[in-house]
Formats: sequence, C-alpha cells, structure tokens
Amino acid sequence: MESRNVIEIDNLNLFYGDFQALEDINIEIERNKVTALIGPSGCGKSTFLRTLNRMNDLIENTIVKGDVILDGVDIYKEINLLDLRKRVGMVFQKPNPFPMSIYENVAYGPKAHGVKNKAILDKIVEENLKKAALWDEVKNRLDKSAMGLSGGQQQRLCIARALAVEPEIILMDEPTASLDPIATLKIEELINELKKKYSIIIVTHSMQQAGRISDKTAFFLMGEIIEYSDTTKLFSNPQKKKTEDYITGRFG
Amino acid sequence: MIKLLLRNSKEKIIYGLIISSALITMGILFWIFIFIVMNGMPHLNLQFIFSNYSGEETGIFPMIINTLMVIGITIIIAVPIGISTAIYLVEYAKNGRVVNVIRFSVELLAGIPSIIYGLFGMVFFVTILNFNWSILSGTLTLSIMILPTIIRTTEEALISVPKEYREGSLSLGASKIRTIMKVVLPSAQSGILTGIILGMGRISGETAAIYLTAGMVPRIARGILESGRTLSVHMYLLAKEGISFEEAYATATILLLLTLILNIMAKILSRNQES
Ligand SMILES: Nc1ncnc2c1ncn2[C@@H]1O[C@H](COP(=O)(O)OP(=O)(O)OP(=O)(O)O)[C@@H](O)[C@H]1O
Ligand SMILES: [Mg+2]
Repeated sequence: MESRNVIEIDNLNLFYGDFQALEDINIEIERNKVTALIGPSGCGKSTFLRTLNRMNDLIENTIVKGDVILDGVDIYKEINLLDLRKRVGMVFQKPNPFPMSIYENVAYGPKAHGVKNKAILDKIVEENLKKAALWDEVKNRLDKSAMGLSGGQQQRLCIARALAVEPEIILMDEPTASLDPIATLKIEELINELKKKYSIIIVTHSMQQAGRISDKTAFFLMGEIIEYSDTTKLFSNPQKKKTEDYITGRFG
Repeated sequence: MIKLLLRNSKEKIIYGLIISSALITMGILFWIFIFIVMNGMPHLNLQFIFSNYSGEETGIFPMIINTLMVIGITIIIAVPIGISTAIYLVEYAKNGRVVNVIRFSVELLAGIPSIIYGLFGMVFFVTILNFNWSILSGTLTLSIMILPTIIRTTEEALISVPKEYREGSLSLGASKIRTIMKVVLPSAQSGILTGIILGMGRISGETAAIYLTAGMVPRIARGILESGRTLSVHMYLLAKEGISFEEAYATATILLLLTLILNIMAKILSRNQES
C-alpha cells in the first residue's frame, strides 16, 4: 500500500547566505493531487518548489535545514541527486526547450538515463508528446527545431520532456505566466488529465487558476506557510485573517 | 544667439573630427590593401602559386602547405586545452584564488609581444627539449600564443548560453558533464568557432614567433620534426634580403586573401550566433 502522502516536510528552513527565505515549513503533499502554492511576489514559492528537486543546490551559499521526505526517503541525505531529479520533474516559468529538434528534446532525458534503443526512444517520444497533448500538432515535424514552436507549444513540449523520464512528481513554477489565455487553458486541461498519474505541485499568481485546477492550496507569506487546506475550503472559508486579506485582494 | 551658434559650431567641429578619423582609418586600410594587391597581382599566376622554391623556380607552394599545416596542428593542440580551460573557468570554478590566478595568467599571456613567445619557444622547445627548428617547436609555441584568444572567446560563448538551458537539463536528472557536452557546448558552438577562426588568422599572420622556432627551410616539411617556412616568414625573408619585392608583394596578396577568408568566415559565424 502506498501511503497517502508523497512528500512530507519537517521543519524546513532555507537560507540564501544570511537571508532566510523559508521559515519552519511543515507540509504534507498528497499523492495524485494538484497542490497549488500561492502568495505575494518574493514570499518563497519558487524557493520552496526548488528545494523539492534540489535545484537550489546550484545557488552558492544556500543552506537547507530540516527534512524533506519523499516516499520515506530523505532527499537531502539518502538519495542520489540524479535519481531524485528523475523522480521529481520540473516545468519552468519561461518555456525552455533546448535548441535542438522536437524529437531530441523529448528523448534527451531518457538518453541521459541510459536508453539507447532507437525503437524504444521513438515510442517514448510519441507516448509523451501524446500525454502532453502536442502529438497531433508536431508529428509531421519531429525533426524540426523546437525553437520554431509557439510559446504554448514550447511549454507543452517541456511538459512532454519532463514526463519522458517517468517522474512521480511534477513541479511547475508559474507554467502559464508567459502564455495567452487559450494556451493557458490547454495547459490547465492537461494538468487535470495528468493528475491521475502524477502528483503535481504548481506555483501560480492567479487565484482563479488555483481554484480551477488544484485540490489543495498552500498560502505563503514572507517565507512561511500561513494556511494549507483543501482549495475550496481555503478560498471559501479561510481560517486566517492574512489569508482572507490576500485572497480578497486587500494586499499583495 | 551667439552662444547657440558657438555651441553648434563646436558640435560640428567634434562631429567633423570623428567623421574624418573614421575616414582616415578606412582610407589607410584600403590604401594598404590596394597598394599590396596592385603590386602583387602582376606577379601572381598559377605557376607562382603551385611551383616549388628551388633552383630556377620561385613558387610559394611549399610555404602555402607549411602555413596550412602550422595552422592545422596549432589548432589541434590549442583548441582542446583552451576549451577545457574555459569550461573549467565558467562551469566549475568557484570564484576563488585559483580562478583569479588563471584569469590573470590569461590576460598576461594575451598582452605579451609575439617575439617573446618566439624567444621562449627557441630556448625551450628548440634547445632544451631538442625539437630543433621544426614544425613541432613552431606549433607548440603558437599554441601557447593563441590560447588566450581561444579561452576568452569560449568563455564569452559559454557565459552567453542561457542558464535556463542548464536548469532544464539538470532538472531532468542529467549529470553536469552531460549538460555541458550535450546542451551548453552545442549552444556555444558558433561563438567558439569564431574564436578558433580568429586564432587561425593570428597564426597565419605570425612571423616572429614562428621564424624563431620553425626555421626557414623553403620545402614542404615531411614530418613535424622538420623545419618548414611559412608564407609570412617567406615574405619577411624576401623583403629583408631584398631578394624580390615583386615576389614579396605577390606572397602578401595570397596571405591577405587567406586572412580575408578567415575573417569573413568569423563574421558569418558570429552573425549566425546572434540570430
Ligand atoms: N539566489 C538568491 N539569492 C538570494 N536571495 C534570493 C535568491 N533567490 C531568491 N531570493 C530571495 O528569496 C525570496 C524568495 O524568492 P522566491 O523567488 O522564492 O519568491 P517567489 O515567491 O517565487 O516570488 P515570485 O512570485 O516573484 O516568483 C525573495 O526575497 C528573493 O529576493
Ligand atoms: Mg517565483
């Protein structure tokens, strides 16, 4: 039996040098749910997201304290970094396909993890482009550069690229921030589809978006989680004054 | 009113100075170019380009081959070292003392006059290592000389690769070295190539450093331990010994052509990178 929580975080504190960006974070992320992270700019949403696949390791002088437990394993102490990132995928705010062909973009991750067989790669590429609802649009130009796609298509390609290494969790940092409403809608539909098989954590500045797509929502403020509960509950009946102020637009 | 007039005329004078400096620079360049080509053309023919330099023959074919050989071997030695150094500096080194020392050395190397490299090469490679006057001594010396060019241009090319590419690759669980080899280097490719071509230009025009290390035997070197005269050394000797100014001009024209081709290639590549 898999436990209900995919990630459990205990007393997480993060410092960029002297500056404390995250303070006493305790949160449990549920499996196969969409968890939204909301809060004003600079409150630490991206920082938090990047602790989950250890992307903050790239920033010098970053100190992480506390436990981040993924399926019972402490990701800062007991797991190989490359394995962790294979299990915890990421989609960035600005679509960042590699300057290579559409095919090579999707095949990049599997190749990095040792898949060499062309037939298998072909299959992986097709499957994941389908999962990302991009296949029909690109199947006739797989060998063309990914840079020629529209912003929305590029973002779906990045999702396909992330899916291709078979992650359990997908982190998304404002994945629709640079997209038009139609492309945004497509990504939201996609997220709804994906949550059947993946656990998704998404940072968003749009409370409507959080309401539309997420099951759980965490409200961040100045590096702390103020409130964390079911999305419907958090928006209809916030328990904390600060949450209420934020979602009613009284600040931030 | 008078003030305004004064200011206007002052601006005009400055403007005029700037324009005339630009025109003078361009004018001198063109003049040199035309002067050399005009003097070189009459003597330039297939016979001159494709025959040897011995006895009756006064061709420059061996020098052309030696020059190409020197360019090729120098690039083969210098490029891997230069690119690796740049990768270390940009991708691995934290800003510590080691990095500062390397950066400082690179700056220093870039500013040294080429005759000093020649002298060093003559003492170290020719004499101490006993490689004699040879293509090997010459190319090793030139390799050191063009390293700063290669390192700097590669560094710039690597720095200009968006960090989003690196993050994208790392977030998929790709290792750092894979990220560098498969994503970063290909993205920096045209910038690096531009640097290599600029380095080739420097090699083809170099005289002092190669004259003191590769010697001046006017035959095709049949191995890297043989001496071989390059085009620029040939030109220098023709002019200095007063052997034939016609031949010197004709050789210069060929050298100019080679440099021109290399520069145009660099231009095209760097334009490609921008788009
Ligand atoms: N590399 C860094 N070095 C130092 N401080 C940083 C660094 N990255 C972020 N910070 C600081 O940490 C805090 C949290 O930043 P973070 O990017 O996580 O905020 P965010 O909630 O994602 O904001 P936004 O909604 O604008 O994306 C901010 O005060 C920011 O200035
Ligand atoms: Mg952010």
